[in-house]
Amino acid sequence: MAKPQAIKQKRYVSILILLIALLIMMFFISLSTGVIPISPSDVVKTLFNFGTEKQELVLFEFRLPGIILALLIGAGLAVSGVILQGVTQNDLADPGILGINTGAGLAVVLFIYFFQDTLSMTSSISAFIMPIFALIGAVFAAFLIYTLAWKNGVNPIRLILVGIGVNAGFSAALIIFQLKMDPQDFRQATVWLAGDIWSANWNFVLALLPWILFLIPYTLHKAHGLNVLNLGDDVAAGLGSKVEHERRLLLILAVALAGACVAAGGGIAFLGLVVPHITRRIVGPTHQRIIPISTLIGALLLMMADVIGKNVLAPTEIPVGIVVAILSTPYFVYLLMKTK
Amino acid sequence: MLSYINHSRILKLLINGIAIIALLFSIALSVSYGAVDIKLSTVWQAINSFNPDLSTHQVIQELRLPRAFAAALVGAFLAVSGTIMQGMTRNPLASPSIMGVTDGAAFTLVIMLAFFPGVSNLGLTFASFVGAGIAVVLVFLVGSFSTSGLTPVKLALAGVAIGTMLSSISSVISLHFQLEKEMSFWFAGGLSGTNWTSIHILLITGGIGMFLALIISRSITVLSLGEDVSTGLGQNNILIKALGIVTVLILTGAAVSIAGTVGFVGLIIPHITRFIMGTDYRWIIPSSALFGALLLVLSDVVARLVNAPFETPVGAITSLIGVPFFLYLARGSGGGK
Repeated sequence: MAKPQAIKQKRYVSILILLIALLIMMFFISLSTGVIPISPSDVVKTLFNFGTEKQELVLFEFRLPGIILALLIGAGLAVSGVILQGVTQNDLADPGILGINTGAGLAVVLFIYFFQDTLSMTSSISAFIMPIFALIGAVFAAFLIYTLAWKNGVNPIRLILVGIGVNAGFSAALIIFQLKMDPQDFRQATVWLAGDIWSANWNFVLALLPWILFLIPYTLHKAHGLNVLNLGDDVAAGLGSKVEHERRLLLILAVALAGACVAAGGGIAFLGLVVPHITRRIVGPTHQRIIPISTLIGALLLMMADVIGKNVLAPTEIPVGIVVAILSTPYFVYLLMKTK
Repeated sequence: MLSYINHSRILKLLINGIAIIALLFSIALSVSYGAVDIKLSTVWQAINSFNPDLSTHQVIQELRLPRAFAAALVGAFLAVSGTIMQGMTRNPLASPSIMGVTDGAAFTLVIMLAFFPGVSNLGLTFASFVGAGIAVVLVFLVGSFSTSGLTPVKLALAGVAIGTMLSSISSVISLHFQLEKEMSFWFAGGLSGTNWTSIHILLITGGIGMFLALIISRSITVLSLGEDVSTGLGQNNILIKALGIVTVLILTGAAVSIAGTVGFVGLIIPHITRFIMGTDYRWIIPSSALFGALLLVLSDVVARLVNAPFETPVGAITSLIGVPFFLYLARGSGGGK
C-alpha cells in the first residue's frame, strides 16, 4: 500500500514543480509581449532596476499589476469552482454560470451608481470597498439560487438552470442601472463587466491580495471536509461530519472568493468550470492535492488567456473574459453531453 | 406544465377579439407616449390627414408608427417561433433566445457588418436567417451526440452554451472592427432604429413565415401528442419538423435582424397561450402572435418610461418579466430527469 502512495506523492510534487516553472515562463512571456514589445532579457534587466525609464513605466505601471491580477483572479476563480463542484457534487458548477459573478457585478454597479459622485471608481478607497459590496452581492445571489433550486434537495442540472435564470435577471437589472450612469462611468462599467483586467492598477492588486492569501490557504485547511462531502451526504454524516454546517461554510468560502475576484476583474465565467476538471484528471480526487494544483492551473490559464487576448488581434485587445468563454464553452458542451 | 381550460369556440373568438382591441390600444399608447407626449386625436389626424409641415405629424409618421408596428410584428414572430419549437419538441423550455437561435442570428449579422459594410437591409435579414440556422444545427448536433439523449433541460443548457460561445465570438469581431455600438444595440435588443424599411422587411419575410406556421399548425397539434401518435395517424414527422424549423428560422431571423436579441418572449407567450387556448395549435399559433405582439409593444413603452428621456433596451424589460417565469418552469421540469 505504501509504495503506490509514495509514487503518487512523487508524481504530485513533480507536477507542482512543472506548473510553477510554466507559470514563471508564462509570467515572462506575458511581461514581454504587448503593443510595446520588450525582450525577455530586457524584462529581467528592468525588474532588477537596470532598464530604461520607458521600460520601467510600461512594466511596473501597466503590465505588472495586470499580470499579477490575472494570476490572483485565475487562482481565486479556480478554487471557487473546485469548492462549488465538490460541495454540490455537480460537474457543471461554476461561479460565472451560476450567476454568482453577475450578482457581485450588480452590487458593484449599484455601488458605483449610488456613490459615483463621492468616489471615483479607480480611486484607492473604492478599490477596497468594492470587494465588500461584491461579496454582499455574491452572497445574495448564491442564497437566491440555492433557495430557488431547492425542491427536496438540489438537483445538479436544476441548479444550473436556475443559475442561468437568475443570471439573466441580474444582467437585465445591470443593463438598466448601467444606462442610468453618466457615459464615462458607463463605459468603465461595461468594459469591466466583460472581464477586463488591463485597467488594473496596484490598488486592485492590493485590494484582492489579502482575500486570496487568506481564503485559499483556509480552503486547503478545509480540504478534508471537501473530500468527505464528496462521498455523499450519508457517508459524510456517518464519518462524523456536520454535513450541512461544513457545506455552508465551504459555500461561503467559494462565494467570497468569486465575489472578491469579480470586484477586481469583472465577470470571468467558465474558468472555475474547466480548471477543476483538468486538475482532477491530473491528480485524482483528493482535495489536498486538487486545491494547490488548480490554484496554479487557474493562474496559468488566465495569464495565457490574457496574452492571447492582447496579441491575437493586436492592436485590438479582447477582454480576457471573452477569451476564456470562447475557449471553454466547447468543454462545457462536452461535459454536458456526458452528464446523465 | 400548466394545465389548460377547454373553452368553447365562441369564447376563444371573444378572447382573441379582446386581444386585438388591447393590441390596438397599446399601439395607440406607444405612438402617443414618448419624449414629446402627443394627444391621441393628433395621432389620428396624422394618420388620416397627414400634414408634412407639422413636426408632431412627422414624428408620428416617421418614428412612432413604424416603431410600434415593428414591436408588434417582432413580438408576434418571436412568440410564434417559440410556440412552434415547444410544440414540435414537447420541450417547455424551448424558445429562440434560450436555444441560442437569436445569438446565432446576431453572430452572422456582425460578420456581415464587419466584412461587407455596405450590405443592404435585406442582405442583413438573410444573414440572420443563416446564423439562426447555424445555431439550430449546432444545438441539435450536441443533442444527437449526447449519451442519454436530449432531455428538455439539457437542450436548454446546450443552447445557452452555444449562444454564449457565438455571442463571445461576435464580441471579438465587433471589438476588432470597432462595431461595439452597433453590437451592444443588437445584444441588448432595441427598437429605436426602426423605420418603414424595417416594416417592409418584417412584413415580407414574416408573412411567409406566418403563412407556413398556419399551414403546419394542424400537424403540430398532432405532433405535440407525441411522435408515435403522429406516425400512427399517418403524418410524415420529418417533413413537418423540417417545415417547422424553416418557419422558426424565418421568423426568428427576421425579428433579430430588426430588433436584436429580445429574450423570453418566445418562452413565456406559448405557455400563457396554451393555458388560455387549449391544445389546438390552429388556435394557439394565431393567438400567440397576438399575445406576443401585445407583450412587446407594452414592454417597449415600459422601456421608454423606465429611464426617460433615455431608452432602456427592450430586451432588459422582457428579461425581467421572463426570468421569474423561467425559474418557475426550471423548477417544474423535474430537473433533467
